[in-house]
Amino acid sequence: MFDFQGFGPQIAYGAWMTIQVAFGGLLIGLVFGLLGAGAKLSPYAFLRGIGQSYTTVVRGIPEILIVLLVYFGGEDILNRIGDQLGYDGYIEINVFAAGITALGVSFGAYATEVFRGAIQSVPRGQIEAAIACGMQSHQIFWRITLPQAMRLALPGLGNLFQCLLKDTSLVSLISLPELMRNSGIAIANTKEPFTFYFIAALIYLTITSVVLLGQIYAEKWANKGVQRANS
Amino acid sequence: MNWEEIFIALPKLWDGALVTMELVLISCLIGFVIAVPVALMRASNNWWVSNVPLIYTFFFRGTPLLVQLFLFYYGAAQFDAVRDSMFWPIFKEAYVCALVVFALNTGAYTAEIFRGAIQTVPHGEIEAGIAIGMTKPTLYRRIVLPRAIRMALPAYGNEIILMLKSSALAYTITLLDLTGVTRTIIARNYLAIEMYFAAGVIYLLLTFVFIQVWMRIEKRLMRFQA
Repeated sequence: MFDFQGFGPQIAYGAWMTIQVAFGGLLIGLVFGLLGAGAKLSPYAFLRGIGQSYTTVVRGIPEILIVLLVYFGGEDILNRIGDQLGYDGYIEINVFAAGITALGVSFGAYATEVFRGAIQSVPRGQIEAAIACGMQSHQIFWRITLPQAMRLALPGLGNLFQCLLKDTSLVSLISLPELMRNSGIAIANTKEPFTFYFIAALIYLTITSVVLLGQIYAEKWANKGVQRANS
Repeated sequence: MNWEEIFIALPKLWDGALVTMELVLISCLIGFVIAVPVALMRASNNWWVSNVPLIYTFFFRGTPLLVQLFLFYYGAAQFDAVRDSMFWPIFKEAYVCALVVFALNTGAYTAEIFRGAIQTVPHGEIEAGIAIGMTKPTLYRRIVLPRAIRMALPAYGNEIILMLKSSALAYTITLLDLTGVTRTIIARNYLAIEMYFAAGVIYLLLTFVFIQVWMRIEKRLMRFQA
């Protein structure tokens, strides 16, 4: 259907890289999200303040700015520190690490709110029951709160992951060789921008559709213990 | 932190912020005009009417905005037919391209938000409208749309904020919006952290002001509830 003009493998590699970046960002983002939710629900005002400023700031500035800030700004900071310590050379940041960190930080800010909502909607009585059974607080978290919060958080997290998948295209701007970047390289050689960006768009559509199906399946699986009212 | 340089850069950053605001405002207005008819079609009971616009919303919601921008801006030039047409002088402008793509993108998201709202308008109210003999256009104009838009307000506000943040991508097609200006300044003074920090603060301010305005609008439109 399409003439790849020999750039097929490179595009395929780019798509694979996109998937890696997405899951890397997801992993880091879930950690940030859980930490953020923990901070926001903590009894200490100081931690709540940190959680609140994290979500407010990160959700208020563009994702691309976070990506650029982590990559160029991070490099800048490391080099300034290096200068202070008397290191002469230039420190470079790994693009992949910078990319997934930036995407993870922005995913985490939204995930914080999703987790917070989910944790708060675990019925209070169940926690009390767990305390009455003599569980310790970490046991309550792992056995009662988290399994139920996960089920409630799943739809929200799924939507966020869809956004994350699309945001992976942003790391092409710090020249990580993912789908967009490799399409750009192919275009520089073939001078066929429409063809290759269209192929890229179709690949993104395929990935997001597959993830959507997985999301529907996962929600069904997580909700199988829940009774639904017949409508 | 080099505060002095930030202070020097502020007027230029503000110019960039104006471009950003203009882009978001115009594309959201056009997006709204696209979204309402698309949402009505998507909410229709007829399979064809509801699923043909799905191609549009599915494409624009399923692919990254960056791909859409590049597809329009760089991709359109691949075809001689486009380059020879009378529209080329308009379409080769990065500004027009960004506006068109942003409007189509936000239009697709907004359409799905409105569709959800239209479908949750209480059935009894529609029946009541039919019962007193309203024609379909009247029914939609007086009951369904006013109700739906009020219900969609919070989600629509979020979408506009997302658009404000996505508009930062305009710099990739040479536009000098807030992010574009920031990057040109950094290319000259090499103060990446300071300048991105300043730009981030301005974006935060923009979203903050927008949220305040939007809450006012919500309060005013929902004043019957108070």
